[in-house]
Amino acid sequence: MSEATYIAAIREALVEEMERDARVFCIGEDIGHFGGAFKATEGLLEKFGRGRVVDTPIAEGLILGVAIGAAVRGLRPVAEMQFADFVACGFSQLAYNASTFHYRLGVSVPMVVRLPSGGHVGGGPFHSKNPEAWFTHTPGLKVVAPATPRDAKGLLLSAIRDPDPVIYLEQKYLYRREKDELEGVEAIPFGRASIAREGQHATVVTYANTVSMALAAAETLAARGYEIEVIDLRTLVPWDWETVVRSVDKTGRVLVVHEATRTSGFGGEIAATIADLAFDRLDAPVRRVAALDTPTPAEKQMESYVLPDADKIEAALTDLLLY
Amino acid sequence: MITSRRIERRVIDLYRQGIITGGCYTGIGNEATSVATAFPLAEHDVLVPTHRDMGSHVVRGHTPVQIMQQYLKRATGQTRGKDSSLHMGREGSNIVGMISHLAHMAPVAVGVALAERQLGRNSCVLTTVGDGATSLGDFHEALNFAAVQKLPVLFVIVNNQYAYSTPVSLQYACDKLSDRAAGYGMPGETVDGTDAVEVYDAARRAYTRGRRGEGPTLIESVTMRARGHSEHDDFKYVPSDLLEAWWRWDPIERFERYLEEHHVMTAEERRSVGEDVDHEIERAIDIARADPMPTPESGADGVYRYWEPRWTVPSGEDWELEP
Repeated sequence: MSEATYIAAIREALVEEMERDARVFCIGEDIGHFGGAFKATEGLLEKFGRGRVVDTPIAEGLILGVAIGAAVRGLRPVAEMQFADFVACGFSQLAYNASTFHYRLGVSVPMVVRLPSGGHVGGGPFHSKNPEAWFTHTPGLKVVAPATPRDAKGLLLSAIRDPDPVIYLEQKYLYRREKDELEGVEAIPFGRASIAREGQHATVVTYANTVSMALAAAETLAARGYEIEVIDLRTLVPWDWETVVRSVDKTGRVLVVHEATRTSGFGGEIAATIADLAFDRLDAPVRRVAALDTPTPAEKQMESYVLPDADKIEAALTDLLLY
Repeated sequence: MITSRRIERRVIDLYRQGIITGGCYTGIGNEATSVATAFPLAEHDVLVPTHRDMGSHVVRGHTPVQIMQQYLKRATGQTRGKDSSLHMGREGSNIVGMISHLAHMAPVAVGVALAERQLGRNSCVLTTVGDGATSLGDFHEALNFAAVQKLPVLFVIVNNQYAYSTPVSLQYACDKLSDRAAGYGMPGETVDGTDAVEVYDAARRAYTRGRRGEGPTLIESVTMRARGHSEHDDFKYVPSDLLEAWWRWDPIERFERYLEEHHVMTAEERRSVGEDVDHEIERAIDIARADPMPTPESGADGVYRYWEPRWTVPSGEDWELEP
């Protein structure tokens, strides 16, 4: 048995699904002979051939439109955007075409869009986007955001098998950071959060990059006698409001954390839901840690200033525990 | 062509009576192109039409009853009141339902062709845009990629002189829109869009090339939009002498003369066909008007192919946690 990184887990899921189901194919820029900008599709061209690993010109709207056309004819495309930021070039194919097909005509659009997302990699304003709110605000799309190699694999298996368009937010920061044993990883059902750490004094609700940061903060606070529960949502549409409410019921204090910018971020939705469903369980206001409302700066220390990290989460939790 | 024209004449009547509501777009003036490009398609070929392609819909088997159910937004219509006009194309049919972002359907048509090739079917794809949609990036991306991949797509530009109120002089500066084909490495030709026979011959050549693996074709079909953009539009911006002159090129009258000159059909036979068509359309209107309206609540149905009830976040007090 060997351990695999997050990016290797993505590749493993792609290979398994392409072997299992001849309808699955990959499409994107530089994904064939080059193996993708981050090497997620390395070796796939040699294994599956040009028909199932389709290199395209630089044209995101085209990639997404072609994926939609193929999906409505019964194939299962997995489209790669080189960086999540560039999905903006093809945005309305997702916002209006893919997302409305089933609603309008009962036509299933089983496609996955892989978006290498997030900061803390010195990518600057055009290679660091956390775009989840664009898509969680678009009915008809499902949105998933794995935080570990195991979840990266299990959620990609589910995404490819899902009959609806799925936005798969993969984290560049996590690509090669940690390894998991992938033996026995099956498809992970959507709408089931994972409790990354149990605790009774406060709850952190988060997903993607900030899960490991929240766990680091929880570890520090444990030394001071506080037990923090860390909920990794794993999927945002649908999201596991029940697990969140159950945890708030236990702890009475919640910090919502994401790396995306704060205003109109998905955290606002979580906070509003807690206010609605668990108001009488709260012992403190629902607080948020998120990126400042700015583009992501390129210089490392400026980027750190703008984005959340373990220290900022720990400070916010300390404040919340003392409220 | 007669069915297309007469359905649309009745649609306009019903719109004026307030029985059909919302946008009311017709293809009056476009019948020769719409019918004659779809006519040579084989059963397994796929149509990706626009809202002015009533003729293609009729050729590909949508009945007056189905069309009226859709226009009247009945529960029996293909989009069950969720969408309107010619946004038709159910799952399992060889018609892909359009969205209002017309240029976006060009990459989708290319994706359909890619899927058909992967599925081992030698199918051609017919897709149309107006002169207006040629100015969008998606149109360029689609033609370029179809040529790179040598996909059997016939792109038809219905050049009907106006994109809403914008005349072609403000839309493009090239001599003919078919000149652009050379830039993509595909053949292109401009045809008289009021001459069904000329359009038919050009379309057939394109499908023959496509089936031989020679790739896509661009046809610019020149005609006139004989009505406003939608029926609310009095199209006063169109010079009246231009419109009057154009009616001498009415594609239906031209084809009737052709049929008479070639002794295919007498005036008496045409009258009889016309009466049958009128009768069928009136019957269709009666059937559709007697059909039930969709329930207001059904407006919230069918956003996803697969959605678990517990995924919907409740609001207020009427909810409980799963045990």
